[in-house]
Amino acid sequence: MAAHSAVLSASKIFAPFWGGRLGNTVKVFGTTVTNHRNKTVLTPPPAKYGGRHTVTLIPGDGIGPELFSHVREVFRFSCVPVDFEVVHVNSALETDDDMNNAITAIRRNGVALKGNIETKHTLPASVKSRNNVLRTSLDLYANVMHCQSLPGVQTRHKNIDIMIIRENTEGEYSSLEHESVSGVVESLKIITRNNSLRIAEYAFQLAREKGRRRVTAVHKANIMKLGDGLFLQCCKEVASGYPDITFDSMIVDNTTMQLVSKPQQFDVMVMPNLYGNVVSNVCAGLVGGPGLVPGANYGRDYAVFETATRNTGKSIAGKNIANPTAVLLASCMMLDHLQLNDYATLIRNAVLTTMNETRLHTADIGGQGTTSEVVQSIMRIIQSNGQLTADL
Amino acid sequence: MVVKMAAALRGSLVTLFKGLGGPRWQQLASRPLSVSAGLCSPESPPARADAIFKVTMLPGDGVGPELMTAVKDVFKAGDVPVEFEEFHLSEVQNMASEDKLEQVLTSMKTNKVAIKGKIHTPMEFKGELASYEMRLRRKLDLFANVVHVNSLPGYNTRHNNLDLVIIREQTEGEYSSLEHESVTGVIECLKIITREKSRRIAKFAFDYATKKGRSKVTAVHKANIMKLGDGLFLQSCAEVAQLYPKIKYENIIIDNCCMQLVQNPYQFDVLVMPNLYGNIIDNLAAGLVGGAGVVPGESYSAEYAVFETGARHPFAQAVGRNIANPTAMLLSAANMLRHLNLEYHSHMVSDAVKRVIKQGKVRTRDLGGYCTTGDFVHAVVENLRHRPVH
Repeated sequence: MAAHSAVLSASKIFAPFWGGRLGNTVKVFGTTVTNHRNKTVLTPPPAKYGGRHTVTLIPGDGIGPELFSHVREVFRFSCVPVDFEVVHVNSALETDDDMNNAITAIRRNGVALKGNIETKHTLPASVKSRNNVLRTSLDLYANVMHCQSLPGVQTRHKNIDIMIIRENTEGEYSSLEHESVSGVVESLKIITRNNSLRIAEYAFQLAREKGRRRVTAVHKANIMKLGDGLFLQCCKEVASGYPDITFDSMIVDNTTMQLVSKPQQFDVMVMPNLYGNVVSNVCAGLVGGPGLVPGANYGRDYAVFETATRNTGKSIAGKNIANPTAVLLASCMMLDHLQLNDYATLIRNAVLTTMNETRLHTADIGGQGTTSEVVQSIMRIIQSNGQLTADL
Repeated sequence: MVVKMAAALRGSLVTLFKGLGGPRWQQLASRPLSVSAGLCSPESPPARADAIFKVTMLPGDGVGPELMTAVKDVFKAGDVPVEFEEFHLSEVQNMASEDKLEQVLTSMKTNKVAIKGKIHTPMEFKGELASYEMRLRRKLDLFANVVHVNSLPGYNTRHNNLDLVIIREQTEGEYSSLEHESVTGVIECLKIITREKSRRIAKFAFDYATKKGRSKVTAVHKANIMKLGDGLFLQSCAEVAQLYPKIKYENIIIDNCCMQLVQNPYQFDVLVMPNLYGNIIDNLAAGLVGGAGVVPGESYSAEYAVFETGARHPFAQAVGRNIANPTAMLLSAANMLRHLNLEYHSHMVSDAVKRVIKQGKVRTRDLGGYCTTGDFVHAVVENLRHRPVH
């Protein structure tokens, strides 16, 4: 890990150039090339030829493989111009080869669709969470999820419409832990000014783009006065540049209480890594559970789409009862990112119609339907909309 | 129908193969929506075939229009849901103008996909350095040309079972159209190699290799003489190769490559090269498997895809004689269908063509037969496996 982070910092010194954000690429290209390249900052051309995109697909563990086979079927059925490069990551192995392959694949395609990869607690501590490694090495700093109540799903709270923007690369997830004295472990939580400004900027920009009114920063600056204080400070600084958007802050414990009692008060929320993890799970629970909400991770050069709460769903794997909604909506977000908006709208509408009008639900939201029944219903709706591809 | 009228207004000929919607709709409604088994299998009928795909068609010069007729006949017989928007752009038949080019570009902007014959470029210099063919290519930024050289089972040549892919950069290099007479009697032609375009074509080659499950990419160059120009190309390829650890990367000098291709072509898998070398290798490799009439080709930009024959010749001496071999154009059309997500129809067309070649009864003159273009097309139509009764 030490070498790994050394390379990371090295790549920051060299300034980013395409494909060389970190790791072996930097080493292989050598310094002469890098210095030469500094003059012209190039972004990697995406793998898009003749209007067709190539996207990395990491099926992951648990329900991932079955759900992504449904996604591929729906894509094929809707004639979506996307080809998948499937990369399998074996979570049982201790070596990083699989993961490196996956990361290189995303680096060449630019965009990925991903299931969650199981992190086994039984493996030695040197084996980091693959999901985390992927996010940090591709510098996917912004995790975005949009929690919205669906009229077809019975929940305790109605009319929830919250956007959560979570810092994805630092904070408690720094993977820096050590035993300074025997019996005493120190875990480092890292908050940097650069990353905090970057995520705050992202949140406000997104809020403006989507026509939102208010951004709430979630923190624990009463205890972590310096760390979370810095985060809060950065949010305030950025907020001053957006006079049209109201900015306020809330302490994380209070936030969770408010969320379960009066969730309608929130609009856009921005927060560091761990709080984001907690809050996004609470919110997903409020609107119906992990099977419904899609999530996206954006960086400067790459984007990875997955379910918002990143569950593996091991217990229901292979039973044809998992809810395909979140994965399908995540792939719609991906299509939007690729600017295939018409296809995204087509599939998204079909998914929501199945959910809200046909009311064909899987067991997790109290229905009787199986995964494949839901997918079939979605495809039937896509077909009934007819005549799409000719106009695209 | 609205589409038809609009297209007619633009003064182009639209061939509607199929009324919008109609009988196919009923046919599809009863189709079971299989989800689990046979995922993405090309055997299942096409999804959303109720949609009609529009494709721009440029018949070009020489035998181009005859080949396009062949494509149209086969598509019609196979009930392929594609509708063509035809544009006759030709320099030798006085049918080229800025206006026409603009029309083609507008059509391409909506359709994204085209099928095209060779637009012949007269040799003599009339004040314009860039041909229409080149201008179209540049306007659409069709930077990558792919020629998949594949032996046709049943037709024996000196080298059988050949399977190699030639990827050519086609927007810069020797084709820059930058030539000038610096001193009387001295002409300078500029060959341009840029890092950005070299990287782009290299990445295309590796992406193609990844997508098609190929294992090796070979860069073809002449960096021993053009140390800077081809050197840059070679360096860019080597850099991009780092992103693809599973694909083997090699390089070879152009002259040696030509020799190896005629001696032992099996050693190559995917070849990537600058413009002029690509032109030569395309033709050489096409010659190995049966000539210009049998090898399909395609050109890509980020947005657009153009399908054509692998070795681009107008074959003007054959015009009107009904002897041209439509194999290349039909296989290219099949590739186009795959690009449009019409996997099922794509297989149907290419299987039919391959079956006719394999049977060996119907062959055009270039493959040593006596049959006409029409006979061949008829044989292909007879071999289409899916022939719905109207």
